[in-house]
Amino acid sequence: MMPELGKYATEVMAAYGVSLTLLAVLLVMTLRRGRRARAELERIEGRKNG
Amino acid sequence: MSLWEYANPVKFLALSARVQPVLWVASGLCISVGLIWGFFGTPDDFRQGSTVKIIYLHVPSALMAINAWFMMLVTSLIWLIRRHHVSALAAKAAAPVGLIMTLIALVTGAIWGQPMWGTWWAWDPRLTSFLILFLFYLGYIALWEAIEDPDTAADLTSILCLVGSVFAILSRYAVRFWNQGLHQGTSIPVATGGRTVSDVFFYPLVISMIGFGLLFLALVLYRTCTEIRVRRTRALLAREGQGA
Repeated sequence: MMPELGKYATEVMAAYGVSLTLLAVLLVMTLRRGRRARAELERIEGRKNG
Repeated sequence: MSLWEYANPVKFLALSARVQPVLWVASGLCISVGLIWGFFGTPDDFRQGSTVKIIYLHVPSALMAINAWFMMLVTSLIWLIRRHHVSALAAKAAAPVGLIMTLIALVTGAIWGQPMWGTWWAWDPRLTSFLILFLFYLGYIALWEAIEDPDTAADLTSILCLVGSVFAILSRYAVRFWNQGLHQGTSIPVATGGRTVSDVFFYPLVISMIGFGLLFLALVLYRTCTEIRVRRTRALLAREGQGA
């Protein structure tokens, strides 16, 4: 249930919206780059060993 | 067992693999509990109204923005003195996390400032030092990207980190150094213990701060592992190129 935010509802929602979006972008970019780096290393090590 | 053992990339990767799941779960739990409790379970402040709910994001992100730079300072010094590659890569890995934390602190501060101070921005000592810290983060990341040789990049970014530390210190203590400006003093002074935040706001805030700290650790460990793998990939490719 949403709390009553009164006349500052826009400000509070904007602060939460922007912050959580920035954290989500950071998280997604971090995980995506990590997976790419791991796959690339495995591919090259596999080529070297195989 | 010595801490320096983890300067070995293989040992660092093994330790990270063990620690990371715990950190991800603990940070997710703490941030969820802190923010949900703060947003849904706390009353409005008698002066700030519902904008007080912004502190559960603003204070932890500002704390981590400064602490991230200090962590980079320590790892940069380790690189400059002992030449451990993992420490230079850890500093590189922490910078984007610190940048986002600084951005969140600046944006949430501006959103809070408009209704409370009547302005989005003021050239107040703490706000200004935070803006400069944000620019240092950008410069630090740009410098890593601009220099091809990783050791030279690590050297130069470490020097930049030492210089930027002045602004990280100013960001933390600006409200004490200059008794002027709009930004209020520290609400939770660790040294004296005389906090001015009431219990009803304090507990969710502390949980959120712990959550942001754990999230920072999880992200930095994961990103450092990524940097180690990228470096290893480049080394293998370079060796292949030489062999051909």
